Amino acid sequence: MSTPAPQDRQVPEDRKDSMADSAATPPAATDAVAAKRGPSVATRERRQGSINPSGETPYLVVEDLAVKFPTADGLVSAVNGLSYSVPLGRTLAIVGESGSGKSVSSMAVMGLHDRKRTRITGSIRLGGDEMIGLSENDLMKIRGDAVSMVFQDPQSSLHPLYTIGNQLVEGYRVHHKVSKDAAKKRALEMLDLVGIPNPQRRFGQYPHEFSGGMRQRAMIAMSLINDPKLVIADEPTTALDVTVQAQILDLLNNLQKEFGSAIVLITHDLGVVAEMADDVLVMYAGRCVEYGTAEDVLANPRMPYTWGLLESIPTVSAANERLRPITGLPPSLLNLPSGCSFRPRCPYVDRVKGELCSTELPELLPVDGAGAHVSRCHLHDKASIYEAEVAPRLG
Amino acid sequence: MSETLLQVRDLKMHFPIKEAAGLGRTKKVVQAVDGVSFDLKQSASLGLVGESGCGKSTTGRMITRLLTPTAGQILFKGTDIAQLKERDLRPFRRQLQIVFQDPYSSLNPRQTVSNIISTPLRVHNLVKKGKELARVQELLERVGLNPEHHNRYPNEFSGGQRQRIGIARALAVEPEVIIADEPVSALDVSIQAQVMNLLEDLRRDLGIAFVFIAHDLGVVRHFCDEVAVMYLGKIVEQGSRDQIYNAPQHPYTQALLSAAPDLGTIRGVPPKERIRLVGDVPSPIDPPSGCRFRTRCWKAEDICATQEPLLEIKPQSTPGHTAACHFAEPKVDLTAASA
Repeated sequence: MSTPAPQDRQVPEDRKDSMADSAATPPAATDAVAAKRGPSVATRERRQGSINPSGETPYLVVEDLAVKFPTADGLVSAVNGLSYSVPLGRTLAIVGESGSGKSVSSMAVMGLHDRKRTRITGSIRLGGDEMIGLSENDLMKIRGDAVSMVFQDPQSSLHPLYTIGNQLVEGYRVHHKVSKDAAKKRALEMLDLVGIPNPQRRFGQYPHEFSGGMRQRAMIAMSLINDPKLVIADEPTTALDVTVQAQILDLLNNLQKEFGSAIVLITHDLGVVAEMADDVLVMYAGRCVEYGTAEDVLANPRMPYTWGLLESIPTVSAANERLRPITGLPPSLLNLPSGCSFRPRCPYVDRVKGELCSTELPELLPVDGAGAHVSRCHLHDKASIYEAEVAPRLG
Repeated sequence: MSETLLQVRDLKMHFPIKEAAGLGRTKKVVQAVDGVSFDLKQSASLGLVGESGCGKSTTGRMITRLLTPTAGQILFKGTDIAQLKERDLRPFRRQLQIVFQDPYSSLNPRQTVSNIISTPLRVHNLVKKGKELARVQELLERVGLNPEHHNRYPNEFSGGQRQRIGIARALAVEPEVIIADEPVSALDVSIQAQVMNLLEDLRRDLGIAFVFIAHDLGVVRHFCDEVAVMYLGKIVEQGSRDQIYNAPQHPYTQALLSAAPDLGTIRGVPPKERIRLVGDVPSPIDPPSGCRFRTRCWKAEDICATQEPLLEIKPQSTPGHTAACHFAEPKVDLTAASA
């Protein structure tokens, strides 16, 4: 692999420059710089002690992560100033619509972005070790070993020309110096563990001989074969039917109990979040807009976008009322609105005094003055608006 | 009572499989849909729910005659359209329209929006030359798009907007029935709600009847008065929304409802009983004998393998609620407290 271009790698001294650079994209450049710098200093200080909603020592710490793609149309800021942390044994769900940066941010954790076409700044620490700036060789040692990934579509993420067993064994032998027989034993063990019946026979079969649910199980077996500390599951059940989805979610939950891994679950389905997650991070237009424990975010949300998401889902148990969708469309990442990115779609803009929403990016602040539940919104009386107006509509 | 628009009777679709290997002709078929019957009244909405491969989309495609059924009847206002020739079918095509799942592949990328929407108008001679544009703009406005955008191409629109174009195209010929085949499953939640509301408006304002095909039980509960649950090519349970969601009788319906992830638990609603099905849907090439669900059913006994249960009203059920199970019994606690 080519040597990484030094200016693209994160060096602490570079941070201010890169931040100014990122903030210069919106038209109101000077205001935005001030607005941008404010929150990151505040949050960085608060996160220095690696506080996360659970208060435990985290295994994965992401700080002020920014991912940008230079394109012919301009610089796409896919992820901006994202910070979160996940301790071992816990599940963080990252929620957001397509294009909100949830997959891009976790691909950055795996180091999967094309180095030549991506600018990544900030810090990603895995068990204390910095990931950003590692060489491809060093990353290869971590990928699939300490961190592994479960992709959305098992059909396209398994190699169609190799048997499932072959792919499992390869994954194990890359990271362990063992004989083929030992690796096979391990692979069979894993297939059995993820609930694939008749592992001996399945070991020699090709992906097309598996059903969708079985393929996803095989993917999970593959991602867990090296006993990873962190599993990133990118929409692991979106392509599956509900009854199979329930099986896979149960499986992930049980395996987490057994292995004690940290899980980052990327999804757009708030129902799945409610069943799986300990912590929830809501992303909108590349930024974190709300972050807290699942109970905080889903039962006491404090950000109009989260309210909108909750209100727009028709649930199995909901009364038959008209849905209240979020109006409009997500903004283009090439040209984010000034101030709060959600402003053009937010029904509560007029509740904020003056032009604050359009001039200043709200900081990610604790909702009750302290604590780990944070949200990014200028509204003063978020709690009372939610209780009085939004909660009754949710039933 | 409003008039019954559509009567589907014992509809079957068997796709023959060509097998190159081996000697002689094989007679294997995929029984994609195997005996489906239902009625659709004017401005009603029937939900077809089920997992992938259960035949719900195939059913939708047969009703719009994109597929010709192997057997069975599709009575539209009394006329059987199941085996009609293309030429005789044309007047019915105007009445039965379809909205597809994927707004990316169902619009021709090389046609302008105006062209896409006005083609059905021209085919059916619905507007005079020169008046087309006005009608197209009216339709665009109806589905919530900017009428000025009629000259754009599909790639200039987002997924939700494209789905609106697809809906405008279906509306163009003023149909009485729209088959909506997973119309919102490719969309983000916030956009999904917008499109759902649009469909609801159309149903209310224009009195269009919908056959709504979806796998998302929440969406179906929201939109449909009546629900039919399909499994492996057959309807296993059918009834009104409340009957299906509040007192499901068929084990499969119960499992489906219990598997749907629900937000209720986080707000303090006690967790519902979990039913976890084991295994996968069997192959429709060689479906299990007797009850097709028996291989995954926790209630299965010997009779299930030998005798196929009929879709019938059970003694304990409320009128109009049918289930195809030897051991059907209502279970009430599967959806968290509904208001």
